[in-house]
Amino acid sequence: MAVREFAERGADLELVGIQKRFPGFTAIENLDLTIPAGSFFALLGPSGCGKTTTLRLVAGLEEPTQGRILIGGKDVTSTRSHERPVNTVFQSYALFPHMSIIENVAFGLKRRRIGDPLGKAHEALRLVELDHLAQRRPQQLSGGQQQRVALARAIVNRPALLLLDEPLGALDLKLRRQMQLELKTIQEEVGLTFLHVTHDQEEAMTMADTVAVMNKGAIEQMGAPAELYDLPKTAFVANFLGQSNLFSGEVAGSTDTAIAVDAGGARLVVPKARAHRHNGAVTVGVRPEKVSLHVEAPVPSSERNVLGPGRVLDVSFSGVSTQYLVDVPGHGTILVFAQNTGSGPSVGVGAEVWASWLVEHGFGLDDGAVEVERFAADDSTTSIAAQRRDDLVAELGEG
Amino acid sequence: MSGEVQAAAVLGGLAESEQSELSARGRRSNGPTRQGRIGLGSWLLPTYTILAFVFLLIPIVYTFVFSFNDSVKSNIAWRGFTFDKWLNVCNVEGGAVCEAFANSVIIGVVATIIATTLGTMIAIALVRYRFRARSVISLLLFLPMATPEVVLGAGLAAQFLAVGVPKDMTTIILAHTMFCISFVVVTVKARVASLDPALEEAGRDLYGSPAQVFWRVTFPLLTPGIVAAALLSFALSFDDFIITNFNSGSVSTFPKYVYISASRGIPAEANVIASAVFLFALVLVIGAQVSRAARAKRLAKLG
Amino acid sequence: MAFAAFATAEAQPQAPRKSSRIALFLLLPGILYLVLFFLTPLVSLLLTSLQAPLEYGDIGQYQYAFNWQNYVDVMTAYWPHILRSFGYALAATVFALLFSYPLAYFIGVKARRWPLLQSLMLVLVIAPFFISFLLRTLAWKQILSDESFVITSLKALSLLGPDAHFTGTPFAVIFGLTYNFIPFMTLPLYTALERLDLRYLEAGSDLYANPFTVFRKITVPLSMPGIVAGTLLTFIPAAGDYVNASRDFLGGPDTQMMGNVIEANFLVLLNYPAAAALSIILMAAILVLVGVYVKRSGTEDLL
Repeated sequence: MAVREFAERGADLELVGIQKRFPGFTAIENLDLTIPAGSFFALLGPSGCGKTTTLRLVAGLEEPTQGRILIGGKDVTSTRSHERPVNTVFQSYALFPHMSIIENVAFGLKRRRIGDPLGKAHEALRLVELDHLAQRRPQQLSGGQQQRVALARAIVNRPALLLLDEPLGALDLKLRRQMQLELKTIQEEVGLTFLHVTHDQEEAMTMADTVAVMNKGAIEQMGAPAELYDLPKTAFVANFLGQSNLFSGEVAGSTDTAIAVDAGGARLVVPKARAHRHNGAVTVGVRPEKVSLHVEAPVPSSERNVLGPGRVLDVSFSGVSTQYLVDVPGHGTILVFAQNTGSGPSVGVGAEVWASWLVEHGFGLDDGAVEVERFAADDSTTSIAAQRRDDLVAELGEG
Repeated sequence: MSGEVQAAAVLGGLAESEQSELSARGRRSNGPTRQGRIGLGSWLLPTYTILAFVFLLIPIVYTFVFSFNDSVKSNIAWRGFTFDKWLNVCNVEGGAVCEAFANSVIIGVVATIIATTLGTMIAIALVRYRFRARSVISLLLFLPMATPEVVLGAGLAAQFLAVGVPKDMTTIILAHTMFCISFVVVTVKARVASLDPALEEAGRDLYGSPAQVFWRVTFPLLTPGIVAAALLSFALSFDDFIITNFNSGSVSTFPKYVYISASRGIPAEANVIASAVFLFALVLVIGAQVSRAARAKRLAKLG
Repeated sequence: MAFAAFATAEAQPQAPRKSSRIALFLLLPGILYLVLFFLTPLVSLLLTSLQAPLEYGDIGQYQYAFNWQNYVDVMTAYWPHILRSFGYALAATVFALLFSYPLAYFIGVKARRWPLLQSLMLVLVIAPFFISFLLRTLAWKQILSDESFVITSLKALSLLGPDAHFTGTPFAVIFGLTYNFIPFMTLPLYTALERLDLRYLEAGSDLYANPFTVFRKITVPLSMPGIVAGTLLTFIPAAGDYVNASRDFLGGPDTQMMGNVIEANFLVLLNYPAAAALSIILMAAILVLVGVYVKRSGTEDLL
């Protein structure tokens, strides 16, 4: 084996028409994805959506049933895992328990016969500030330290592509924040291509340049985090990435710049530029923090959509903001986040209120009419209990 | 000697606790599901496994087949098929085979009862109580397993000789009990260690006296481990030859009978007894395994 | 792994209980038994090994003395047997390991997806335990005898010379030892491999290790406890065995091992001091070898 060179920079990753079937189910149905070199890309989705399978396909730990995988323009579909310029930070870290930390980190370098493996390994450990623990065994380290070692063990190889499989899942909140920051810094320093798989929308949004939301083996929407949040394309994205108030109805009129939707008797205006569909049955929505509450009927205006009157069902105070659940007849329950700046009205349960938002804050989904999910489930313990029970029953049914 | 403990687990089909079954299930489902690339490895290993089992089973099949041999005295050349030997096991040499077999069973049962009782008590004490001589006792329990049987046998024989005890059935039982105790301790200890002490605490909390807690909570929970240990103990005793040979005097056991007859030829009746024991054990173990698998499936269904 | 079984419970923090009187009650009978029938015999053995013949006594009559000469005598007379014992045992251990590792790997790793198949294969591994090992060994003797189908075929194919024998040779003894102790090797290996977390193998492959390197650097070290336990479980009884090497079984006049001379001296020649001295040498050598081996393989924590 010749002395190999490091990949000097990140490489593009391209997945073409990937399909992955397991006995009994299909994990991925026709996936196309291009991740440009040097980006920090997050694959976001609920458990079972196929994101981890995607990662394992890229790492070479699974073979696609169909389709091709290209790294830096080179077809690696049939290249075995140990011959791919890819490294993974495993969810379980998978640090070798029979080796010291430094041996773990130098493992990949030694396999590739890269010069001065120990020196480079120490350097990588310094980067994650753990060089003083180099002689310890993995079991002697805390979860956060193990995570950093796993990261060092992967990046020391300067892979063209670094895969992160929910690496922060096992950490507590504070450590997570710290690690998120560290990952971001390292990515900027080394300039590798990162593919990060997670079910934590906040983690995906704070870290990635591009987020792809995955559901049921396919990508629902892809783009910059702010873009996805601002203009979700599907009901799934609208509710997986933050929460949304969604209203279904027919397009009742349109101008050059906006469409008006008749949703349960109310007229909701959405700018055409912010709507994925312009006619027929559509679903429009607005983020809870964009909605204002009024104790008196607001003056009708072409700049605001108004719903109401409704009744406040629940108020929960969380410090910086207060969350209101408002039942508006004909529209269901509306969720409102009000910043506690002291300027808004303070209302109690049972108060009569109106909700309004600026036309340019609304968005129109690509979905057509959808069964709009409501949030009431979160607020009553009985419904939580019922939901938990249903989940458990479903889970047991699978077992 | 986890080999033996494992054997005990398989023998008993019970030693594994439900918890460990569940965790094994979890481990399985978390494990990679990769099918493996088409290559040498995908058929080489299964083929090897089959051949390995064939190799392991050859002498067993041979012994079984030759239990049907219409042999006259020694059972070496094939002389035709007969059921006679199975039907008239005890008719040869004035029933010497059967007498040896009966001795083996008696010795096995008695040694097992004593060893299981003493070993279980030690196992409970080791896991549940703290005391200073712990490491010395652990060493004392470990040494018999690390000592070659010929040394154990010669040592005991030297002892009996020095004290002037005549060798008979009792000395064999004393010897067998000695080497079975350690194996019982190891097997039962694994079970005691996996017991949640909270269960006993709950028993005490619910007004159980120490004796009631032991007999109604601890002991039933330990039963699978004890059964496995007893089966292992019996198997070890029943098949032991080396230690027996030093301490048996004129008493015959089944292995000793085989050893002594080896020079002049083993009658087919010995094959009959060995085959019958084999089939009995096999049915017992497979039955336990299958019922355990069924129980695991039921558990899985319940969640 | 017996050692492991003792160690694990040690590591478990259990609430210390005060009632040491109960602990004493539980421990005392078993420990006394082991002191009486394991430790004292070892002391007897040591004393016997130093005995001198009774003046004007019969054969088999000895008196206590401090006769170091016994050790010198047996070393001079039996050094080939001593070397043979350890040589054969070592060879059998290596062969058993080579035979068992792929088998245990298949059962413990590849067959994880089929738990029922896994437990049935385990039953097959221990199936030989269910039939007297003397009969199994005799079966091999018959299957591989000079007149047997196997040997005559090999001779017909000129793979064996016309005058070649199998039984009675060192190969046959090593073959028999290997066969008889395979389950003792396979089971601890299986236990270790069954616990092997395959994610480590994936991580190795992700870090540029080819399948062979993954095996060498990850699979083997992680299954080390099983390898150590299995080799000890094979080596110790194999070194002390005298059935396989016996002339009525697979051995011949030139294959006698320590066990054979201990047996002959004790039971036939009634030369108790020689048998005892040989036993002490065997035990001491094994303890030293085991100690060094366990230390070198980095698994002291097993003890």
